[in-house]
Amino acid sequence: MRLIVHNMLTCNIKGVINKFPLRIEAEKVIKKEVDFNPDFLRHMLAKIEWKALVDGARSMGYTELPDHAPALESDEPFLRKFHHALLELNLEEGSLVCQESGRKFPVEKRVPNMLLHEDEV
Amino acid sequence: MKLKQLEGFLGDLQQFSNPKVELEQYPTGPHIASRMLFTAENSYGDISDKVVADFGCGCGTLSAAAALLDASCVIGFDVDPQSLETATLNAEELEVEIDFVQCDVTKLELKGQVVDTVVMNPPFGTRKKGADMEFLSAAMKVASRAVYSLHKTSTREHIKRAALRDFNAKSAEVICELRYDLPKLYKFHKRKEVDIAVDLWRFEPRQN
Repeated sequence: MRLIVHNMLTCNIKGVINKFPLRIEAEKVIKKEVDFNPDFLRHMLAKIEWKALVDGARSMGYTELPDHAPALESDEPFLRKFHHALLELNLEEGSLVCQESGRKFPVEKRVPNMLLHEDEV
Repeated sequence: MKLKQLEGFLGDLQQFSNPKVELEQYPTGPHIASRMLFTAENSYGDISDKVVADFGCGCGTLSAAAALLDASCVIGFDVDPQSLETATLNAEELEVEIDFVQCDVTKLELKGQVVDTVVMNPPFGTRKKGADMEFLSAAMKVASRAVYSLHKTSTREHIKRAALRDFNAKSAEVICELRYDLPKLYKFHKRKEVDIAVDLWRFEPRQN
């Protein structure tokens, strides 16, 4: 699971209000190089929940992201860090934890399992 | 990439080894899949450099097509872990990057406007009544640019009405009518092969 995906996943258990973001418990993280596309990254900057990305990246061992996205977004060194965090870190094994209910959604072989049990729907 | 090339790549993908009838698991053949995504990109620019979600991705045929047409991020969603394993292998074979999520898309809530385009070959609702409408409703909540979907031609008026009236569609157009070759996959299928008329739809959501 890459952080671009994590940035959209919520806990949809019935009754839970604080559904986003899910906290990451990382057991195995892999890094895989992906082509750098600055136009796409600039486009994504407006849509991404920044704090969730920073916290998610930290949980996966990457601490280079600033607490706030800089005003001058065309700054290439920043875009490279954003690119790395958003698209090149991949959670191979671990869990996504709902901050309110504590429910853990397992991540195995890079695939998060968001299926709910019958009593959670 | 040319259409024939794309069709060729998709034809090499592994498909369901043990299709589950209750999930209406049928492979999206390379003929339909290539034309669907090729049109989405060449007529509407909805694939390259976009975030594309494949709802009910199965073995990942539509996801693979999106990746080969240079989507900047492709995410496949499906409920079945075996299909997702096959889809993962297919992505590795093609050397494309696709993220997969195991979930029930009809119960999914995705935050934000990250997904540009949803592509899907949803269940037709022959096993679980209304499944086609549930998939469409879910897709319309997630896509910020467009939804491409296949539905039986016999449901055309019903789909158009529901999309415009209930699912927040600004527009709902049948781009073309295709014949879907369904090979005899399940024991209860009497004929060796069956040909179903399906519509390829393009829906545009209203801006939220």
